[in-house]
Amino acid sequence: MSAATHGSHAGHDHGAAHGHDLPFWRKYVFSVDHKVIGVQYTITALVFLLFGFSLMMIMRYQLAYPGRPLPIVGSWLGPGLVNADRSLSPDGYNVFGAMHGTIMVFLAVVPLVVGGFGNYVVPLQIGAPDMAFPRLNAASYWSYLSGGLVMFASFFMKGGAAQSGWTSYAPLAVISPGQTVWLLGMVLLITSSLLGSVNFIVTIVQLRAPGLSFFRLPFFVWAQFVTAFLLLLAFPPLEAAAILQLMDRIAGTSFFMPTGLVVSGQILPTEALPHTGGGSPLLWQHLFWFLAHPEVYVLILPAMGIVAEVVANNTRKPLWGYRSMVYAIIFLGFMSFIVWAHHMFMTGMGTKLSLFFATTTMIISIPSVVVLTALILSLWGAAMRFNSQFLFALAFLPMFAIGGLTGLPLGLPASDIHLHDTYYVIGHFHYVVAPGTIFAIFAGVYHWYPKVTGRKMSELLGRVHFWPSLICMNVIFLPMLFQGLQGLSRRTYDPLVYDAGQAVQGWHFVSSWGAWILAIAQIPFIINFFWSAVAGKKVSDNPWDATTLEWAAPSPPPHGNFLKSVSVYRDPYVYSPPGRPSDFWPQNQPPED
Amino acid sequence: MSATAEVIPHTVEPHPVTGVYNGKFGMWLFLASEIMLFGALFSSYVLLRVGSAEWPHGYSVLNVPLATVNTMVLITSSVTVVMAWYCLQLNDFGKARLYLLATIGLALVFMVIKYIEYSSKFEHHHYPRTNLFYGLYFTLTGLHGLHVLGGILVFLYFVGPGAGMWKTDPHRYTNRVECAGLYWHFVDLVWIFLFPSIYLL
Repeated sequence: MSAATHGSHAGHDHGAAHGHDLPFWRKYVFSVDHKVIGVQYTITALVFLLFGFSLMMIMRYQLAYPGRPLPIVGSWLGPGLVNADRSLSPDGYNVFGAMHGTIMVFLAVVPLVVGGFGNYVVPLQIGAPDMAFPRLNAASYWSYLSGGLVMFASFFMKGGAAQSGWTSYAPLAVISPGQTVWLLGMVLLITSSLLGSVNFIVTIVQLRAPGLSFFRLPFFVWAQFVTAFLLLLAFPPLEAAAILQLMDRIAGTSFFMPTGLVVSGQILPTEALPHTGGGSPLLWQHLFWFLAHPEVYVLILPAMGIVAEVVANNTRKPLWGYRSMVYAIIFLGFMSFIVWAHHMFMTGMGTKLSLFFATTTMIISIPSVVVLTALILSLWGAAMRFNSQFLFALAFLPMFAIGGLTGLPLGLPASDIHLHDTYYVIGHFHYVVAPGTIFAIFAGVYHWYPKVTGRKMSELLGRVHFWPSLICMNVIFLPMLFQGLQGLSRRTYDPLVYDAGQAVQGWHFVSSWGAWILAIAQIPFIINFFWSAVAGKKVSDNPWDATTLEWAAPSPPPHGNFLKSVSVYRDPYVYSPPGRPSDFWPQNQPPED
Repeated sequence: MSATAEVIPHTVEPHPVTGVYNGKFGMWLFLASEIMLFGALFSSYVLLRVGSAEWPHGYSVLNVPLATVNTMVLITSSVTVVMAWYCLQLNDFGKARLYLLATIGLALVFMVIKYIEYSSKFEHHHYPRTNLFYGLYFTLTGLHGLHVLGGILVFLYFVGPGAGMWKTDPHRYTNRVECAGLYWHFVDLVWIFLFPSIYLL
């Protein structure tokens, strides 16, 4: 935010009437500039990230010390969420669990990597003055914010927030309180993503600078391009599913309600629940996972893009196998639409279907491995610059590798039977998203911060942020893999009621303390983030000696982005080219220079 | 706002490689997502119908003649919207406006017929919750009806407050009508699928 403020005060208003003459609220609040919108997305999503994390920290107290009254926060929570003795109630646990997942996926991580980084960086990296549809872009942010506020407000409404998991499986979700508001919030969030993805695709196809062919695009732009297609085509089925579930809840239809369902000892239909039955709970799962599996690639692809940018820049070498990486993610994008039912091996959908989805799941691991291998090989023989963003990008590689590899046993029906819905699954996907995607997000913040603000973040605070975060992430998630292998079921309010839980309770204690220390480890980042905006070291337009187009614009870029029109002459990562005095050759520098 | 439009390339003029302007490309992408939306709903319909022990034939419980009239009405409105765009290209705004008004009129006729259909169902105590068939019937035709309503609002904007653009930027105005026309054909197309699969099968 302050970034954008600096920009216009610096007064490089170029090529647009939108400069000084707009009042504050038009320039920084209801702005249509992709940079302001990107910063709005980033700040909002970071707040939601912290909020979603806080919910989990409260749940972790119940898991580490089952039944003990919550310190401090116990007295703040409403009567539905806590028991009489101020310990977390089972309903409260379910609400926090469902909302943690929803907030982290739909309100924090996706808006950060796509809405935040995508919005800010993509038009700059392709040499465009803005997104193709600036007002649509603003609409997508405001739709996202409304969806977020609806989700947030649901905590304070009658019936509370949703409590049937972020997956909202039917029939439970059809009959449990809070779900209607969740569905309405989701419709707003889906609308936001759809508008955004249309905008990204049109921008990348139509607005590239002269000379910027598809194979000269930075890998980050490629990642956003594939991601946009996933969002565009995978989200509508969830919207359809949400509409059907809304009808089930409001109009009493039975799309997801089977015949003969017994609720509280009574067979439906009853006075309160008029569902006549005949529907299919499995239908929900198919529609949901048809979105939600591409969605996990929406979480990881832009993260890979950020890491690729940071790795190429700080190894001072071209990316190893840039083209194979691009082909890999395009293939991955296609494949991600035909793996969804590997989440459903335990539903009894039949061995033939299971075999098909197990096969496609094994196939889709190949492109991920291609990208990861290319990134690791990019490190070979490099003179690396170990700055904060590179540390986070470097840590992303093994963390994502652990996350990916632990997924393989879940993709095979035989081993999935043992591991399904255990803590192993939680450990697996958190390794992908938390020390994976979220580390990539941190890398991106440190990397592009000078572009947004004209100032660098503190390296010292960056290190104080990085090392404890890396250690804590592993302290939190590694034990979950052990617990899961021992058979501890996820979504268990009190792990001590099961024998399997008692045997691995010590790990809950370790995980929980890891989570709370991780929260403390984020304080240097928060200080760094705000303090550097006013007091960080002022830097040039291209402080990292980078080659891609965003560094050819002033920091912060003015409205319209570039002072003069840019053309592209070469590949995105021409670092250390032989026979040249400097170790980087920007994409926009004419050859005769 | 128009200042922004001037700096962004291909807002009005087609891109030399893709051959389309931004808005048209965006509209095609939006329609792709709409296909996924209705595709998912049609798939759900197939799945639920195949999984049901009994399912009424649409023609035995729904009003096929009314739906046939509605099909004709909607197809005609697709023609009028193309005529509007055609007239704009010939610089005949007056005629284009009449065709747009005709489109709105036909869309309203569609909605009125839909209203008659719905109210006769309600009179016979057939609600979405009655059974899966009526649930799908109301959900699918209702969502389609919402799309028709959206189209009406867009066309009203073109003949009303949005018409000023014809004077300031006629090329862009023509493009807008073209994009809305694409959307309108899609809404028409969804009905062409809905009509046989719900009313006739």
